[in-house]
Amino acid sequence: MTLAAEAPPDEAGLAALVAAAHAAREPLAIEGRGSKRGLLRPVQAARTVSTRNLTGITLYRPSELIISARAGTPIPEIEAALAEKGQHLIAEPPDTRAIFGVDEAATLGGIIAANLSGPRRIAWGAMRDHLLGIRFVNGEGAVLRSGGRVLKNVTGLDLCKLLAGSYGTLGVMTEITLKVLPAPEATATLLYQVPDIETGVRLLSAGLGSPFSVTGAALLPGEPNLAALRLEDFASSVTYRTARLRESLAAFGAATVLEGEPSRGFWRDLRDAVPLAARPEDAVWRVSVRPSAAPAVVRVAEALGGRTLLDWGGGLVWVAAPPTAAAHDALAAAAAVSGGTCTLFRAPEALRLAVPVLPAEAAPLAAIAGRVKAALDPAGILNPGRMRAGF
Amino acid sequence: MIAQPAPKPEILARRAEIVAALSAIVPGDGVISEAVRLKPYETDGLAAYRQVPLAVVLPRTTEQVAAILRYCHANGVRIVPRGAGTSLSGGALPLADAVVVGLMRMNRILDIDLDDRLAVVEAGVTNIGITNAVAGDGFFYAPDPSSQLACMIGGNVMMNSGGAHCLKYGVTANNLLGLKFVTIEGEIIDIGGAHLDAAGYDWLGIITGSEGQLGLVTEVTVRILRGPEGARAMLAAFNGTEIAGAAVDAIIGSGIIPVALEFMDKPCIHACEAFAHAGYPLDAEAMLIIEVEGSTAEQDDLLNRIKAICERFDPISLKVAESAEQSLAIWKGRKGAFGAVGRISPDYLCMDGTIPTSELPFVLKRIGELSTQYNLGVANVFHAGDGNLHPLIMFDANDADSFHRAESFGADILKLCVEVGGCLTGEHGVGVEKRDLMTVQFTARELDQQRAIKTAFDPQWLLNPSKVFPLQGDLLPPLAAE
Ligand SMILES: Cc1cc2nc3c(=O)[nH]c(=O)nc-3n(C[C@H](O)[C@H](O)[C@H](O)COP(=O)(O)OP(=O)(O)OC[C@H]3O[C@@H](n4cnc5c(N)ncnc54)[C@H](O)[C@@H]3O)c2cc1C
Repeated sequence: MTLAAEAPPDEAGLAALVAAAHAAREPLAIEGRGSKRGLLRPVQAARTVSTRNLTGITLYRPSELIISARAGTPIPEIEAALAEKGQHLIAEPPDTRAIFGVDEAATLGGIIAANLSGPRRIAWGAMRDHLLGIRFVNGEGAVLRSGGRVLKNVTGLDLCKLLAGSYGTLGVMTEITLKVLPAPEATATLLYQVPDIETGVRLLSAGLGSPFSVTGAALLPGEPNLAALRLEDFASSVTYRTARLRESLAAFGAATVLEGEPSRGFWRDLRDAVPLAARPEDAVWRVSVRPSAAPAVVRVAEALGGRTLLDWGGGLVWVAAPPTAAAHDALAAAAAVSGGTCTLFRAPEALRLAVPVLPAEAAPLAAIAGRVKAALDPAGILNPGRMRAGF
Repeated sequence: MIAQPAPKPEILARRAEIVAALSAIVPGDGVISEAVRLKPYETDGLAAYRQVPLAVVLPRTTEQVAAILRYCHANGVRIVPRGAGTSLSGGALPLADAVVVGLMRMNRILDIDLDDRLAVVEAGVTNIGITNAVAGDGFFYAPDPSSQLACMIGGNVMMNSGGAHCLKYGVTANNLLGLKFVTIEGEIIDIGGAHLDAAGYDWLGIITGSEGQLGLVTEVTVRILRGPEGARAMLAAFNGTEIAGAAVDAIIGSGIIPVALEFMDKPCIHACEAFAHAGYPLDAEAMLIIEVEGSTAEQDDLLNRIKAICERFDPISLKVAESAEQSLAIWKGRKGAFGAVGRISPDYLCMDGTIPTSELPFVLKRIGELSTQYNLGVANVFHAGDGNLHPLIMFDANDADSFHRAESFGADILKLCVEVGGCLTGEHGVGVEKRDLMTVQFTARELDQQRAIKTAFDPQWLLNPSKVFPLQGDLLPPLAAE
């Protein structure tokens, strides 16, 4: 039932459209190129507005470690521009095309609005950590800025972080400035076979707790279970640290080492949850817990007949399992045991409408959330229902 | 002078009753109301501004904090939260009709988990206290403000503080997992937890750096990191500030991100050398302190690369530390920079704007011109990798005109930072100091949007009012005070 998206040619056009919708109290579904339409809940709106025409890199200063681009710029375009200068997106956001079965690449705005980060998050922070500035249109159609184009900025309330991860419910970002870093000269991956998930998580913790700057720590349950640690830096450092890390983890057995493109390919696949091997009929969850709580989540997932993939040292558990409300409830409960959170990442529409795709907030926080939403989008027209029913 | 709001007479009149109510919540020595004992709380790191508060309350538990806020909320009493009171922007400056809620007695370390790499601490634990608690196991808490011996994690969260090593490790916001947060209504809420990127709105993100505007923090869950094998510093001195700036660009452009990259100009070098005898080159116009981490071989490799880059810029001195002791000596002057300037001038204002690093030569030239115009000395020390400037403006607090000129000079520097694409504050916060300059960086509509979010958390504006936002409504000072 989604009608063709309206795609204003510029920020002013977008602002005018939102202002008119605000005046008419007419809900809008907000999207970039629609690559994550299958994420969280479907929006209850007759009109869809897309940022796909707001494209282009507007400022790139490699020596200042910053890049600015309009929100509709596809991520691959940004990655290519950075690669030309030997730099990269620090949090290596997943390419969600495969998991959502779409051809459209994610836009910068969409990735920030979902605060989606890849394996390097464990060492270098999430997308929201590198978000330096935004321009956005609030729910009244006003064009506003927060942050800026410098690396350190604590001036006023940090609306950048509030909008990151708000899935377009608080404002429509039109331009985004990120911190970027030099891409490492070399990379290596140490692979270990581990007898069980507990041992695997312990190995990842030992690696992350070593002085060797591990930048990826993942566990692929299966026959056998594979634990993986990544090193990235200048080539001489990677060689040295590979040897030292191997020595310090000798108790976990022998490591196989991947270097160069095989190492990069391994983490690219992991970033995109390829090893999860979710079947088309499966639902997919992302469960965020303290690493030591991950084995318990894996057990629950396996009892549901699901498959798992652990990233962030065990702190992120990807789960693929049959799409039932019971499975969702079980995973949400498993996350909650240790105070973690469970996000229904991909599922048939019926399930996404039936369950809370994000955990409920405590009543006092939900009250604040309602007031914050009203402060930015008084008529409640931006992406109603996207995160929670009736919100 | 920056105007302060008029106190509410009805609150001043109820002082005894308010003190009694707070004493019932925090019995024993939990409430301070005698003039002499209130004096230490009348100012913070922005010592030019002073105001004795209505009372000070020093809770020991989150429940007490909640009860205090519930009482103040029900009775319309304003609150100024306080950690160690080291804010350089007047963030913890009291109000005559406000209760200062000091978190310093909440100073317990509640949990350390090396496997999950986190520590749960109360808001009054000092920044260094966290690192000290895990250092024996080789771990540390990364953000390291120069005030780390005194400042508290609750204050760090509220100011989103940085430090010399944040070029690599990020600022406070990048090193947090969770908070125990108390709303003005006295509700206790867990924000985030022990896991990364909690689902839903990023409450952790909006609360961090909110300068006590949204609620109180009583517990903080921080990420702790394993320390590197070692670290070593080098010093590079150049004939011009623009040359040093170009060297910084070249280092970062080469793909090296040092853990620290600090810049000092000539007046600062002189002040620090006189104080610390660190062996700084007195003939240099600008000096860089560059620190790298790793094994000895890795350090050698990186320092050699950096040395080779610096050599392209005709350095007048290049000194690579050969040992940890030599590194300490190089750092000694920088770490004591504020104290050193304090020795050559009776008083100084520490500014904190950030600029795009490419604008550095222009901005330093303008600061020099302003120094002449206002007839006040200035020493520049800053975090070069991220463009966060700390011009130290020297003045004499006993001379009202000198102070007035220093404030105008500071305001001109911050306006300049915004003009060249930067911002008013990189790590010290807006507080009282930069409140009225917010209109330079933000449009009225943008400020109103931020105010609306403050209102969503604190509908009556009882939490640390008169900071961050230009005064409006019942916070406006009486005309006579203008
Ligand atoms: C010599 C010196 C060097 C410094 N160096 C640096 C530096 O390198 N980097 C840097 O970033 N800063 C630096 N600072 C500034 C200052 O130390 C930081 O801003 C620090 O985080 C303040 O912590 P505090 O405990 O002193 O907080 P306070 O000054 O007491 O309070 C700071 C703000 O937070 C609020 N607040 C405090 N605790 C709470 C709480 N628990 N809940 C809610 N609100 C609260 C207060 O109302 C106030 O607005 C320096 C200061 C000095 C004096």
